[in-house]
Amino acid sequence: MSGPDETRKAGSEQTQGAQAPQGPVPPGPATPAAPPAPGTPPEEEEASLPARLGEERLAEPVVRMGLFGSHDIPDTSGYGLLRVHQAPLLDSPRPYGSYFDEIADALGAALEAAGTGFSDAIERVVADRGELTFYVRRERLPEVAAKFRDDPALRFELCGGVSGVHYPDDAGRELHAVYHLLSITHNRRVRLEVAVPDADPHIPSLVGVYPAVNWHERETWDFFGIVFDGHPALTRIEMPDDWKGHPQRKDYPLGGIPVEYRGAKIPAPDERRHYS
Amino acid sequence: MTTGTPHAAGGASDADAAEGRVYTVSGEDWDEVVSAALQSDDFQSGERIVLNMGPQHPSTHGVLRLILTLEGETVVEIRPSIGYLHTGIEKTMEYRTWTQGVTLCTRADYLMPIFNEAAYCLAVERLLGIEDKIPERAQIIRVLMMEINRISSHLGGIAPMGLELGATTIYTQGARLRERTLDLLELITGLRMNHGFIRPGGVAQDLPPGALEAIRAYLDDAPEFVRDLHKLIDANPIFVGRNKGVAYLDLASCMALGVTGPMLRSAGLPWDLRKSQPYCGYQTYEFDVPVNDMADAYGRYLIRMDEIDESMRIIRQAIDRLADRGSPGPDKDPVMIPDAKIGWPSRLSLGPDGLGPSPEHIAHIMGQSMEALIHHFKLVTEGFRVPAGQAYVAIESPRGELGAHVVSDGGTRPYRVHLRDPSFNHLQSAAALCEGGQVADLIPAIASLDPVMGGVDR
Repeated sequence: MSGPDETRKAGSEQTQGAQAPQGPVPPGPATPAAPPAPGTPPEEEEASLPARLGEERLAEPVVRMGLFGSHDIPDTSGYGLLRVHQAPLLDSPRPYGSYFDEIADALGAALEAAGTGFSDAIERVVADRGELTFYVRRERLPEVAAKFRDDPALRFELCGGVSGVHYPDDAGRELHAVYHLLSITHNRRVRLEVAVPDADPHIPSLVGVYPAVNWHERETWDFFGIVFDGHPALTRIEMPDDWKGHPQRKDYPLGGIPVEYRGAKIPAPDERRHYS
Repeated sequence: MTTGTPHAAGGASDADAAEGRVYTVSGEDWDEVVSAALQSDDFQSGERIVLNMGPQHPSTHGVLRLILTLEGETVVEIRPSIGYLHTGIEKTMEYRTWTQGVTLCTRADYLMPIFNEAAYCLAVERLLGIEDKIPERAQIIRVLMMEINRISSHLGGIAPMGLELGATTIYTQGARLRERTLDLLELITGLRMNHGFIRPGGVAQDLPPGALEAIRAYLDDAPEFVRDLHKLIDANPIFVGRNKGVAYLDLASCMALGVTGPMLRSAGLPWDLRKSQPYCGYQTYEFDVPVNDMADAYGRYLIRMDEIDESMRIIRQAIDRLADRGSPGPDKDPVMIPDAKIGWPSRLSLGPDGLGPSPEHIAHIMGQSMEALIHHFKLVTEGFRVPAGQAYVAIESPRGELGAHVVSDGGTRPYRVHLRDPSFNHLQSAAALCEGGQVADLIPAIASLDPVMGGVDR
């Protein structure tokens, strides 16, 4: 899932090889939270303390134990009890920065004018690494996409296709369809993401709005099993017509056979040791 | 040019068509087939021929299969069938480290390997948050390599275009220059294609000695080749007759179908990501974006030829910059990010058994430093972790917008990589280009799309 700022900060600290100084020290320039303004209420002040900042992370499931995250050998590094939690779902607060606020305002205005509230159509907004993502409720997708295409303040003329992602552990939101839109008029990009449960993998087709996604939706059906309702001919495109299964899903094995090399058996790539 | 198709978009009517009379076309017997079909009862009663073209066919630009419905010589319906070159590159990348992913994605569109690598690496760098820490020298080399590759890719589109029309001279002339261009790539990376040269954090190695001289020698000769191609093709009555006004796709259709690159620029819109959303320092190079408003196969050919000239301009500027920097060595002017957690510690050098880690590095890790050995081993086998999140980076490939959508779950392997390949997108506009036209126009139409099946099927 989308990583929060803490993840990136931890990564950059690691890469610099910097050790956190021992003992109580005043927060240095690396600490992201600015000291609370004098007029801040006490609760907010409390929440922005360094010790509280990453607290919501502890409620997330553990994704890695130990230093290396290896699944089949004991961790002898001395960090065997280290627990790394999954990054919490991002929901970026305003302002998003860059041109992102203008897009969100324009979309909000366009949806209001059409009688739909912004939050009726958009689950959450993520501004991360200089990219803006709208998580759209699936039943509203064609409406939102049409606004993105037609509204003069948005005018995203090109759709770069659909990319599926499978998150088998994300209960109720296993299958994601990701659309990348490009505005030539304003020279901007935006990403729409729709999440659907594996048990009901239906998303309205966008072929009516962006004819360019025709083959891309067929590919996503072929590889992930997402059904795009209203597609003119949703058939397999890369795999043979009589293929069973959807190969890009995480529960679909990569395949391969063990190979013997100088007396040792090297297991197939998806059977090898890996580090999560 | 598009006419209404008689069939619904479903597949029911195809099953009926397959039950009709079957002709086997084996070459040079097209006249017999057409005359037989014209006299058949089926034709008299308004029936049509369903013609299977490919996937093994010299004019379909690779393993592309086209299922045509013909009414006499007129194409009523065209259905491209793809997937014959699907190799599961995106799936395989999920089982290798981030660095190994380069080796796989470079094989997607085999005519523009450098661009596949660049799109993927730029996306990984955005996820890592190191976009502004890539050494300047690496960025210049990336631009240099991409532009050399753009020339070879455009020649790989123009030359077979001539061959498919029956003009072998166009092919041999184009292929000669293309081989010269690939020689440069081979000199620098060791391989004609599938280089694995651009890596997350920089490039695999610096230019070898003599590379700048070789590129200068190439730039001295290449414009002559290009002039010859212009003389051979531009006003050639057969070439012009077969390409002008054929495969017309106007700007509105391009936008609706997500068509980018030379096809969009031949429809009159000077949209080039190198100008509008620069990456790798393209904003510091001086070049023009060729554009015309012919919107046909001939216009696309002209755009590609002009882009070859512009690429040479960029290459000249890039090698001048490299010459100005001299070669102060990898410590003063690195080609890989100095971050030891991302860049591999070994320096490549050429030994008697090929390219590999330098003997000094091997001596260091095997004889002097246990920590260096551990670091090398961990980084090469396990790889580096990339913070969780997703990134989409699009670059201007020879064929149009090539996007890499890369998702990380925070591990040492990509969680998902999707290449938004321009060929895949463009091939779906084949129906808009060909339906209502002649069968013969189909060949230049498909050739003007310049689809590469390795990229389409991935």
